[in-house]
Amino acid sequence: MAILEVSHVNKRFGGLKALNEVQLSVEEGSVHAIIGPNGAGKSTLLNCFVGRLMPDSGSVIFNGTSLLGLRPHEINQTGVSRVFQTPEIFEDLTLLENVMIPAFAKADGAFKFNAWYRVSSRAEVRDEAAALLEEVGLADQSKMICSALSRGDKRRLEMAMCLIQHPKLLLLDEPTAGMSRADTNNTIDLLKKIGERGITKIIIEHDMHVVFSLATTISVLAQGTVIAEGNPDDIKGDPRVQEAYLGGAHL
Amino acid sequence: MNGNSTRSDFLLLIIFAAVVLTAPITLAPIGAGYPDILQKFAIYGIFAIGFNILFGLTGYLSFGHAAFLGVGSYASVWMFKLFTMNVIPAVIFSVALAGVFALLIGFVSLRRSGIYFSILTLAFAQMSYNLAYSVLTPLTNGETGLQVRHLAPADRGPDYVLKLVNEDLRWVDQAFGVVEHGIPITNLFGMKMSGYPGFYFCAVILIIAFFIAMRISRSNFGMMLKAIKSNQNRLQYTGVNTRPYLLTAFIISGMYAGLAGSLLAVTDPLAGAERMQWTASGEVVLMTILGGVGTLIGPFLGATLIKGFSALFSSYNENILHQFFSFLPEFMQDGVVAVASMFVGEGWELTLGLLFVIIMLFLPGGLMQGFYLILGLFKRKKTSPPAAGKSEA
Amino acid sequence: MDAIFLQVLNGLDKGGAHALIALGLTLAFGTLGIVNFAHGALFMLGAFCAVSFNKIINLQQIVLDPTRKTAWGTPLEIKTPYITSWLGDFGNVLIDYSVPVSLLVTIPVMWLIGVIMERGLIKRFYNRPHADQILVTFGLAIVLQEIVSHYYGANPIPQTAPAIVAGSANVGSWIGLGESVVYPWWRLVYFGFSAIVIFAVFAFLQFTTFGMVVRAGMRDREMVAMLGINIERRFTIVFGIAAVVAGVAGAMYTPIFPPVYNIGMDFLVLSFVVVVVGGMGSLGGAVTAGFLLGILQSFASMNEIKSIFPGIDQIIIYLVAVIILLVLPRGLMGRKGVMED
Repeated sequence: MAILEVSHVNKRFGGLKALNEVQLSVEEGSVHAIIGPNGAGKSTLLNCFVGRLMPDSGSVIFNGTSLLGLRPHEINQTGVSRVFQTPEIFEDLTLLENVMIPAFAKADGAFKFNAWYRVSSRAEVRDEAAALLEEVGLADQSKMICSALSRGDKRRLEMAMCLIQHPKLLLLDEPTAGMSRADTNNTIDLLKKIGERGITKIIIEHDMHVVFSLATTISVLAQGTVIAEGNPDDIKGDPRVQEAYLGGAHL
Repeated sequence: MNGNSTRSDFLLLIIFAAVVLTAPITLAPIGAGYPDILQKFAIYGIFAIGFNILFGLTGYLSFGHAAFLGVGSYASVWMFKLFTMNVIPAVIFSVALAGVFALLIGFVSLRRSGIYFSILTLAFAQMSYNLAYSVLTPLTNGETGLQVRHLAPADRGPDYVLKLVNEDLRWVDQAFGVVEHGIPITNLFGMKMSGYPGFYFCAVILIIAFFIAMRISRSNFGMMLKAIKSNQNRLQYTGVNTRPYLLTAFIISGMYAGLAGSLLAVTDPLAGAERMQWTASGEVVLMTILGGVGTLIGPFLGATLIKGFSALFSSYNENILHQFFSFLPEFMQDGVVAVASMFVGEGWELTLGLLFVIIMLFLPGGLMQGFYLILGLFKRKKTSPPAAGKSEA
Repeated sequence: MDAIFLQVLNGLDKGGAHALIALGLTLAFGTLGIVNFAHGALFMLGAFCAVSFNKIINLQQIVLDPTRKTAWGTPLEIKTPYITSWLGDFGNVLIDYSVPVSLLVTIPVMWLIGVIMERGLIKRFYNRPHADQILVTFGLAIVLQEIVSHYYGANPIPQTAPAIVAGSANVGSWIGLGESVVYPWWRLVYFGFSAIVIFAVFAFLQFTTFGMVVRAGMRDREMVAMLGINIERRFTIVFGIAAVVAGVAGAMYTPIFPPVYNIGMDFLVLSFVVVVVGGMGSLGGAVTAGFLLGILQSFASMNEIKSIFPGIDQIIIYLVAVIILLVLPRGLMGRKGVMED
């Protein structure tokens, strides 16, 4: 069953056609990678999923709800979490708070006025956050302010922030961009571990090593159009993909 | 969080209450132990503590909070004039009205962030200020200011509504048969709100206001506000609608300002438009930054320091300076006094300006950072003291 | 028609002053990233440069004339400014032209003040939060203001424009409108002056390599720094220019509005509104918004308008600012992402 159905999505920036009749169907429980050369429209497409951009036409249906026109927090409340290219965390707060905030957003909804009881009075949230920090290997630092974390640790923290919401769909925007080989492999391991929970994932990625170690389905985007879709082995051998990457406009 | 247990918060509250309530005794030696100045400490402390709920927690810098202070004052004086000199209805009405104003102004201003938000709030406050001086004169009595007056005569004509700024009704007091001799004084169920009772009334409200601010800061709501300051974008992608959080924080801090304005009217039933001017908004910003943005105690410290400074330094004159420097030989005395006199009396603002510059140069986190630095020296901790913005006390 | 034209004229000089202050403010903000609350004080210092120059040039030599007696029998005192006794008629001309001539003093003095301010204080705040910058420059503004008030007192000190531009110009008859359209000459001069200064600043930024770097810096500060260009020295120069522009704006404004020590604060608030309405960091926006708000203000002061909307003259600038900011999120010409966090 498809959990995310993207059909006929078009987006223009002035004279540039960034997305052209994009069709995409993401199966529940799959790890769906979207790859393509620079400027293929990967980020534009992702921004259409999260409410940052409004396509000119087409539809994005998630789990029966249209995501178009929704604000970022509304999209999150439907069960879509997002990992950013550069880790976006609450730098001035502690790791534990960083993980508790998304948990509260999930438990209490988009807005709840609760200004009287202490945060620590919600022990169940605190325990869950602590357990998740343990799982991603950051338990020791849980009382620390985040700004001191390394980039790899920030990424792990961000992953924990998404996981505590038990999302139905996890969007990963180049999760290993700018990381060392070791950090990249750590992230792959972490994502594989998450995979055991059966969360559907969309990964936008440059690094073929990451894509082929994780993805169950791959869509190739070039010049705003999906030129190929299939399982990793099919994509590897597809001449159109090689053309797009090697003979494409970016060379 | 950060290891702030319920117990340490309770301790902080007890110490705070003790310091505030014993201020008439402890501040007497430096000449600040009299009720007029102590009331100002308490009232502007409330103003700054409330302002910090918006600015300190969310990072949204409002330059128009004086408007709510003014609204609170006018609302209270009108309650005194129309209904009763009892302060409780006046305080409640002022806080509520300031809340309504904050809802309206905040709803519009919060559509923008950063400096654009600051300028929007400034624009609304300046509009209120200018209107209070011009077309709203029937409500504000313009430059003279709105004050409690004698009762209107019993055989008042039908046009008495137009004379209300100069003639009062005090329906409730009249219904209970309160007899007035001259201009009445505000009271709390008969206890006159002048002198020390006035201060203690403000002090008790200050302690309650501090306690509420502490609860807010430690609550879920407070944590969300801090998350907005830290990374609003992330918070939205985390499923939180930040606008209502911001608006609520704006309203709460507006109500604190209204409360402070109301207490100004309680201790001296006179409301003037200058209370709404942008300089007054600027002052509370300065108090908060001076004390330490985002800390609980800082804003109150900043308010006390600025108000204390203005009272203390403006009261000095050359005679006092000559006494002060009398240990110096005659020929040096005159020179030193001439220089020092620039900084006191009328020139006390010069001292204040210099203080801002020096504090920002050497203590960017405000006084609370200095406090932590000293504390760090005592404890001889190897870890560096936390930056004030991140600390919790 | 006449009335409308007159209101446009009335808005020009005030608009010119706002545009000049806002120009320096937005220049300092756009390149240095500094929110300078002391910028109004720089305007005030410029005005007091003119006042001081006038005082010095008017210093009088007192000669006793024993041949003539006053009513009390004491020798008559003849007071002549030193400058007249040294330079004769040319001295009198200088006194008459003291306001424009004072620019010769104002420019170097303001340059010096600007450079000292930037080197001594402002540069330590480049990487600090805007709130810190506001507090420190506000403190500095108070200090400057109080020092001036200590020496010059708290009363406005009127200055006079040169005799040749005293009185009013019959602007209406020049362009075929009614005789009723008259406008004080000096205000016309002020408008022309502000136009020239604005033009000069723009030309400087447009046609010099220095200006090119500054404009690039306003777009992307980090990029310029990465190119290895010595940005520090340029920052100082930019701040100096901003100070000079504010200073000359203040000096030339003295015949229109007698300077008083706190004049800068009033101008500061309005100029901030002007800068933000124009769009933070946009020079063109600052100038446009300065004139626009100045002219709107003078229209709102018309009795016909006031009778329809009572009190509108008191709030028009702020009202327009609110509307513009709600409709155009970044002001008239602001760029995305500037100072929104």
